[in-house]
Amino acid sequence: MTTPYSPPESDPLAQGQFDSKLEKRYLLDNIFQVLTWSAVVIAIIVLAVLLIDTFVDGLGRLDWDFLNSLPSRKPERAGLHVALIGTLWVMTIVALVSFPLGVGAGIYLEEFAQDNWFTRIIEININNLAGVPSIIYGLLGLAVFVQVLEPITGGRSVLSGALTLVLLILPVIIVATRESLRAVPDSIRLAGFALGSTRWQVVREQVLPMAMPGVLTGTILALSRAIGETAPLIAAGALAFVASTPTFPVVEWVQNPVKALQILWTEGIQDPYTVLPIQIYNWVARPQAEFRTNAAAGIIVLLVVLLAMNSVAIILRNKLQKTR
Amino acid sequence: MNPESPPPAGGTALPVQLWKPNRTLSYRVELAVQIIFAAFALISVATTIGIVATLVFETWEFFKEVPVWKFLTQTKWTPLFGSAQFGIMVLISATLRTSAISMLVAIPLGMLAAICLSEYATPKVRSILKPILEILAGIPTVVFGYFALLFVTPFLQNFLPMLQGFNSLSAGLVLGIAITPLVASLSEDAIYAVPQSLRDGSYALGATKRETIISVVLPAALSGIVSSLILAVSRAIGETMIVTLAAGQTANFGLNPFVPVMTMTAFIVEVSKGDVEVASIGFKTIFAVGMTLFLITLSLNIFSFWFVRRFREKYE
Repeated sequence: MTTPYSPPESDPLAQGQFDSKLEKRYLLDNIFQVLTWSAVVIAIIVLAVLLIDTFVDGLGRLDWDFLNSLPSRKPERAGLHVALIGTLWVMTIVALVSFPLGVGAGIYLEEFAQDNWFTRIIEININNLAGVPSIIYGLLGLAVFVQVLEPITGGRSVLSGALTLVLLILPVIIVATRESLRAVPDSIRLAGFALGSTRWQVVREQVLPMAMPGVLTGTILALSRAIGETAPLIAAGALAFVASTPTFPVVEWVQNPVKALQILWTEGIQDPYTVLPIQIYNWVARPQAEFRTNAAAGIIVLLVVLLAMNSVAIILRNKLQKTR
Repeated sequence: MNPESPPPAGGTALPVQLWKPNRTLSYRVELAVQIIFAAFALISVATTIGIVATLVFETWEFFKEVPVWKFLTQTKWTPLFGSAQFGIMVLISATLRTSAISMLVAIPLGMLAAICLSEYATPKVRSILKPILEILAGIPTVVFGYFALLFVTPFLQNFLPMLQGFNSLSAGLVLGIAITPLVASLSEDAIYAVPQSLRDGSYALGATKRETIISVVLPAALSGIVSSLILAVSRAIGETMIVTLAAGQTANFGLNPFVPVMTMTAFIVEVSKGDVEVASIGFKTIFAVGMTLFLITLSLNIFSFWFVRRFREKYE
């Protein structure tokens, strides 16, 4: 098949005029090579400037009090406590819901599903979802979880926000699961079948454990994307100013588990919340310079959390490569 | 041997009572697992249906109050004022400014970086550079927004005194940096997939490395490169936090990159930050804007899909 590529005027080779002046062509070659390298260098410099700028602005503000203070209208007293706890709540629910759903769907598509129209629709659909802007998921969350399902989710609650993020990262986990399952050699499955196992037994006992490092890496990367997401949560009703954290009933748990579950539901996951990136956004959007220092300190905390998660993913990936 | 058959008389190496396969149970579990996991896979379809259904429903409600032609032709965007005007073109012109500037950054940077990584960098250098680009790709956009508003804008104001505190120029520039890793890594995959024999053939004809890359490798990887660029455009259009923080919340029609503008995404954030009343015009408006955004990105994705199918080069 021919491409509609029309060669640039400046390119003598493609124009059919062979320029025999080698020095000139090599000079152009060197200039081009320098250009490509400078593109990479520019990207790295911007990254470095961004990190240095943030650390210079925020490192002085970062201390134990800052992590432990409640939000406040006075910048020097405001802290990250509520946002940190909120992020922990939301991400715990996201992880607990998205991991089984994503891995289950991935297993179905890779191990069980026949190649028919049903499977193809799901596949095309998953690819399409990856191209939907994240704020659209926020609108979906606003309409479905916050409005329609309000009796269950409690409106603008931890649960609504978490479910919105679950829908956002589900395609990523499904794709990662499928890729890891595909990498497991077929001989393992055939050996399992030969011993009389059913398909699910083979998947559960042999294939999934082998694919697990890849699945976990993909899941952690997806979760680290969810941690930094701001727009869908704002659209789905995370509040910028929340003074208290959701309740986790520790004491009741020992005394009366049923009551504890009730509290966990109504005062925990149905509670309003804020998360790290929203707290950062809220601080950046204010005109006072002190709040912006707070934002820089918040960004450092967010980046450290992300770095920790990515390191775990990289360690898992290396472990995976060693066992292969 | 059939495992359910009794052991041969006399020789009893394996006491058969210890393991009796419960085949009925196995098959029931098998069926249950299949149905449950298929339902999980269907969640993705339900998500799409949910997105389309909510957008269509609320947009329908919106157009009952605001005629379509007003939405498309008015040149002011004041949906929450008394004399409300709903010219979506105002928001689109803002999104156009930020994403066009971002592509001016991301196309050259991303493609040159992709060429550098796949053609010039040694494997060792590549193994260092790729993770750095991945870090850049993994930085939350709210951080880029902070950077654009509080570093890039003051920095640019040294050279461009007419630049206002909120503007689409620095938002677009930083947005371009933010999507550069996407362009670089997808284009690199496409360039990497071009077989070595094509390059060797070009060298054998006397072409230099640059000539080979520009006239042989890039055309061969065209479909992948174009699809990566379209994906980047669609990402730039849907990006929210950078433009909300750095470009402002003032609806400004036109193409001036130095003044505050409000993109489609910034409007959605601006309205949802407050407590929107359900069924209020503000609530319906964010869905109408969301629908516009969704249709634009969807048509870009469909175009990219079509382009790849039409122009893909297949090599053995």
